[in-house]
Amino acid sequence: MRKIAIYGKGGIGKSTTTQNTVAALAEMGKKVMVVGCDPKADSTRLLLNGLAQKTVLDTLREEGEDVELSDILKPGYRESLCTESGGPEPGVGCAGRGIITSINLLEQLGAYEQELDYTFYDVLGDVVCGGFAMPIREGKAQEIYIVVSGEMMAMYAANNICKGIVKYAEAGGVRLGGLICNSRKTDREDELIIALAEKLGTQMIHFVPRHNDVQRAEINKKTVIDWNPACEQADEYRTLARKIDENKMFVVPKPLAIEELETLLMEYGLAA
Amino acid sequence: MIEQRLDAESVKKELIAKYPDKVGKKRGNQMQVNHVAEDGTVPMVLANSRTTPGIITQRGCTYAGCKGVVLGPTRDIVNITHGPIGCGFYSWLTRRNMTDAGEDGENYMMYSFSTDLKEENIVFGGEKKLEAAIQEAYDLFHPKAISIFSTCPVGLIGDDVHAVARRMKEKLGINVFGFSCEGYKGVSQSAGHHIANNQLFKHIVGLDDEVRGQKKFRVNLLGEYNIGGDAWVIEDLLKRCGFELVATFSGNSTYGQFANSQTADLNMVMCHRSINYVAEMMEKKYGIPWIKVNFVGAGATAKSLRKMAAYFEDAELVARTEQVIAEEMVKVEAARERHSARCKGKTAMLFVGGSRAHHYQELFTELGMKVLAAGYEFAHRDDYEGRRVLPTIKIDADSRNIEEIHVEKDVEKYREHLAARKAELEAKGYTFSDYEGMMPEMDQDSLVIDDISSYETEKIIEIWKPDVFCAGVKEKYVIQKMGVACKQLHNYDAGGPYNGFSGAINFYKDIDMRVNSPVWHLVKAPWSAVETTEPALA
Repeated sequence: MRKIAIYGKGGIGKSTTTQNTVAALAEMGKKVMVVGCDPKADSTRLLLNGLAQKTVLDTLREEGEDVELSDILKPGYRESLCTESGGPEPGVGCAGRGIITSINLLEQLGAYEQELDYTFYDVLGDVVCGGFAMPIREGKAQEIYIVVSGEMMAMYAANNICKGIVKYAEAGGVRLGGLICNSRKTDREDELIIALAEKLGTQMIHFVPRHNDVQRAEINKKTVIDWNPACEQADEYRTLARKIDENKMFVVPKPLAIEELETLLMEYGLAA
Repeated sequence: MIEQRLDAESVKKELIAKYPDKVGKKRGNQMQVNHVAEDGTVPMVLANSRTTPGIITQRGCTYAGCKGVVLGPTRDIVNITHGPIGCGFYSWLTRRNMTDAGEDGENYMMYSFSTDLKEENIVFGGEKKLEAAIQEAYDLFHPKAISIFSTCPVGLIGDDVHAVARRMKEKLGINVFGFSCEGYKGVSQSAGHHIANNQLFKHIVGLDDEVRGQKKFRVNLLGEYNIGGDAWVIEDLLKRCGFELVATFSGNSTYGQFANSQTADLNMVMCHRSINYVAEMMEKKYGIPWIKVNFVGAGATAKSLRKMAAYFEDAELVARTEQVIAEEMVKVEAARERHSARCKGKTAMLFVGGSRAHHYQELFTELGMKVLAAGYEFAHRDDYEGRRVLPTIKIDADSRNIEEIHVEKDVEKYREHLAARKAELEAKGYTFSDYEGMMPEMDQDSLVIDDISSYETEKIIEIWKPDVFCAGVKEKYVIQKMGVACKQLHNYDAGGPYNGFSGAINFYKDIDMRVNSPVWHLVKAPWSAVETTEPALA
């Protein structure tokens, strides 16, 4: 089983990209589990055609110690398996600790002992604290893909996440598999992200163009492949899925100094 | 055969020799050979500074200082620890603070209240559980006040204990207040004392203005925690002399006493470190002057009582005080002679607290014993060098992390006549708001060590071989295994009271038994080259 975590700046399209990619993998016949690591619990909405009714932490709270895997693992699109960590209301408690608790519980319940080809962790925003680093600690996820765009803050976040990977790469063996560019249609975006990937010592694994079909599918609570398997954007996700499936390039990234990052942006942004 | 004692400067070098350069340099600044100059100044001791990781320290945490030390001894406030169960359980009745349940019998000290936070509460927030705990405590006991103590995880997850306190205060109609005293907040428990002082002052002092009891000679005793019954000894003494003790902060105290404490005419500060903040704030707001007192040691007790009596300038009060002193000193002298004959010339070290290492030197001096070295666990520079150094103390980031509350003169309640009395007496040479510190009263060439480490403790015992080492329970058995008597000055072992005249007699006796016990000769200290064959019976 390959264990993959998807990181990236908040709002960059991690959940959308993850679910569309998972749909493509499922279409290829792969058995995939998605673990949503966001307190908002919206990482599996497109695969489940609606929000998960109960998160791991909700279930734990209500059922006490008597929790079954079937209580928290729901079948989604093409037999994909979906679970959401969940977490506290905004502004209270500790969401990071919640992620740790729920991943530990999934392990104890044997969620990883099933016949699976892939487990995807969809993690909230940046690696803000120890809890959100949980999926890349202790070998839980071995591969990371960072969703990024040509916008400065998205690249800044990607670079920051790389720092987190370096930290855990030494201890746990996690590696960066590449950057997924989720296009914002900025100037020379593909060149810029290819250059950034090169500096980080990785690759831009795929450039996902911006298309309104993604939004249309989301309104229908579906992935693009589920909503309209024949559309162009569906093929983009199929390509991304295939590239991930065939990927052999796993590195410990070399994070950039801020000045380097800004120089890079000026080089591509100003020259346009 | 008397061994030549190694000089303090060489001992200091020896103590820091094993440290890496940077640590050694810091420890060197936290360790000074005492030298009292003619103008009374002493060398600067680095204090209230972070303990270097890896060093085994005596220090406790901020929560311990707030809940355990300052609020712990008050009997009728329900003190709820908001956190996982360990913090509440291990701070339960560990300081031997005694209390009299009073006429109303309202005493919660034998209970340990905790919200028992679990993983689920950490993830989803603990405020609801805290609210439920306050409600439950209220339903069970209907106390006058409930207080909340924050432990580390509460600070990390950001539970707003003060908002919960406000809500519950309004709902229940009793006083409910919280302390942001998370354990990690300061470099030692000292930060917790400050936080406790602030909240006591903000939420309780001044709530009740009715003058009860005797109208004259009203005093508060600040920084006395009734360990082993210490406060009772002073209560009795003050009563016999003719003073009216309004409130003690906080040995054998009640919520009502705190609320009424601004009706006193004088504040007496015993443990300067833990409570000087309240004294300062009360003077600013209500005009009540404060003096430093010490009731540890018969001589110090007499001196303190005389100073109190002098403040009120009342002939009858002075006469009664002198009479009490005279009566007590007869008994003290008899005991002192008996015990000092057996203790004279023996040596002691004191590494404890934020004032005890100073105060207890009085008793050793009275026994004719020599204090070779002393230091505090959590004191600041002013406790070593005296308040004169206050303007020169650098406020670091750790201290700024502790709230400094802004206090203003209360136009209605400020007592101008007390301020006037202070000015008048000061003109006559009476000193207020002053603490000389420990070092000016110590011998030249004694060694002063702040935040002594476990390693240094063993080393200094090995080099100087004191007859008694005063510390706490964490150090006790290490010391005793080295064949040296240990006297605990946090909880007094099972002894005490040691305050006042009768307490001095208790202490003489305890120390005599300890340092002259044959048992120490039966313990083979690690450095002993030869077996001691026969115990020398004293």
